Amino acid sequence: MIIGLSHYLTVAAVLFTLGMFGIFLNRKNVIVILMSIELMLLAVNLNLVAFSSFHADLVGQVFALIVLTVAAAEAAIGLAIVVAYFRNRRTIDVAEIDLLKG
Amino acid sequence: MFLSAFFFYLFAIVCVGAAFMVISAKNPVHAVLFLILAFFNASGLFIMLGAEFLAMILVVVYVGAVMVLFLFVVMMLDVDFAELRAGFSKYLPIGATVGLLLLVELIFVIGAWAVSPASSPQAPIAQSMSNTAALGEILYTKYVYLFEAAGLILLVAMIGAIVLTLHHKEGVRRQSIATQIGRKSSVELVKMQSGRGLL
Repeated sequence: MIIGLSHYLTVAAVLFTLGMFGIFLNRKNVIVILMSIELMLLAVNLNLVAFSSFHADLVGQVFALIVLTVAAAEAAIGLAIVVAYFRNRRTIDVAEIDLLKG
Repeated sequence: MFLSAFFFYLFAIVCVGAAFMVISAKNPVHAVLFLILAFFNASGLFIMLGAEFLAMILVVVYVGAVMVLFLFVVMMLDVDFAELRAGFSKYLPIGATVGLLLLVELIFVIGAWAVSPASSPQAPIAQSMSNTAALGEILYTKYVYLFEAAGLILLVAMIGAIVLTLHHKEGVRRQSIATQIGRKSSVELVKMQSGRGLL
């Protein structure tokens, strides 16, 4: 019953897969897509902290801190874009975001 | 040993279950609340790994700030979420296929991969001080530029969010202090004598 590095890596892998699965499932709802990205970043953080702990190396936790910062900034900007977009178009359907004709 | 294994499986299973509910919940408010549950359990896993500071940051910054921001936006936008779930079952097969493939690949990688014992840590974790003190010791010395860059990222994100969401409505009467003070024609300065009223 010893919990090793691979246990934590497996949990992180499952979380990452669920995050990507969420992006596929909720193709239209941009808020759930943002939440799925948060899940994937959480999985990355779990990986970094697990490696840091099992290798007795603190650098992994420093990088996890930076990933947390970037994730918070990304969530704030993403939600601001969603609010600005909803104000103009009255919808947040990703399929209708085609003003740039890309 | 048994207790730590029990808590690991408890945190891991609740975390994965909550993550599954995040992507499958009908109501986005429930999805945000399940995401909060997932973050709480992930911070439990962080504590089990000995990263107390990151566990605290996860709860304070993520649950306290980012998730509340999500909750505000979900509740503020008047969106028909049932309509947004229209293609849910259409994308289920391909999503499940790609997800399962990725999961199997990741499990293979984890299973076949061995840690090299020769790798020497860049910043060994000191046993004498707490996790927070040790993290501060290297974050403010060796990785200070990274720390400053993180602060800059947050500043840019803050200014960007304000610029994106701030808008001035036309036709709203606002006080313009500059024109109010600057006008000359209708305001007159009068010298008053004491004991007398203005005639």
